[in-house]
Amino acid sequence: MSKFKKDNNKDTPGISTASLPDIVFMLLFFFMVTTVMRETTIMVKQSLPQASEIQKLEKKSLVSYIYIGSPVERMQTTYGTKARIQLNDAFATVDDIPQYITAERAARDEKEVPFMTTSIKVDKDTKMGIVTDVKQELRKANALKINYSTRKAVQ
Amino acid sequence: MARRAKGASEINAGSMADIAFLLLIFFLVTTTMDVDTGLARKLPPMPEEEIEQDDSQIKAKNIYVVLINSNNQLLVENEFLDISQLRAGAKTFINNNGRDPESSDNPQKAIISLQNDRGTSYETYIQVQNELAAAYRELRDASSMKKFGLMYSDLSKRQQKEVRKEYPQKISEAEPKNIGK
Repeated sequence: MSKFKKDNNKDTPGISTASLPDIVFMLLFFFMVTTVMRETTIMVKQSLPQASEIQKLEKKSLVSYIYIGSPVERMQTTYGTKARIQLNDAFATVDDIPQYITAERAARDEKEVPFMTTSIKVDKDTKMGIVTDVKQELRKANALKINYSTRKAVQ
Repeated sequence: MARRAKGASEINAGSMADIAFLLLIFFLVTTTMDVDTGLARKLPPMPEEEIEQDDSQIKAKNIYVVLINSNNQLLVENEFLDISQLRAGAKTFINNNGRDPESSDNPQKAIISLQNDRGTSYETYIQVQNELAAAYRELRDASSMKKFGLMYSDLSKRQQKEVRKEYPQKISEAEPKNIGK
């Protein structure tokens, strides 16, 4: 009996914080790994339209992006205000799209090619003409899975 | 000199947690967990040759024609329509089931034909696409509610296929016209 009593009388020891740095480092590494720094500098205006019937874009590694919009303000002196296409880091024309798609395909595994999606990020003030041209090029290049990038509508 | 003789004292690691927290908070703030969202669509494949597609076998009454002009106005079945009415209009058309002899025979045959001008704004185009998708989604939801007592998105793959078969999403996009610039 006395054995147990002795234990109860002991002061409760403070929680050891020695492993706190380890826990924090673990979290830190998690966020460091998951953080994706934007690889491309967007040179066209990107205020996306809103929609309610949206789907999530799965498998980011299989997505190639096409940005369309008028150049951002600091580029307007050089490139004007007419809507332009941006592929990777440079402005492009409609004729560059097949080449871009081929390059994107070549960078992926062959059996993943049918699942590749093209995400078209278009500024909402753009006219449909250029979008239609891009769509036609994508049809020619047989990149049929597309996704019109939109933000979720706020109800 | 006397200190050195003491031997290298241990570095105080007490502030390590603070440093790590600081870094952690930095990465927490910079991390954007935004998932890309959008309207998924499938483009029709390019026809092998430039041949005029024969649409004559599709009865005109089964086609719901939506035209958008360069002023972002809608002409639906030869009538002006506000974009807010499009969803209801499309739903009535798809779910007509032969009630109105001028409208579609059944949801499987109903086709929505969308045509836009090169001068149409992208925002309007997306709104129209969204309204049409919403019309189909609402019809599918209603049907799956009746059959399985669940929303369409909660159904199993097989059940979804069944509902999809009942309400196939048929949105056809015509080649764009270039009228008003």
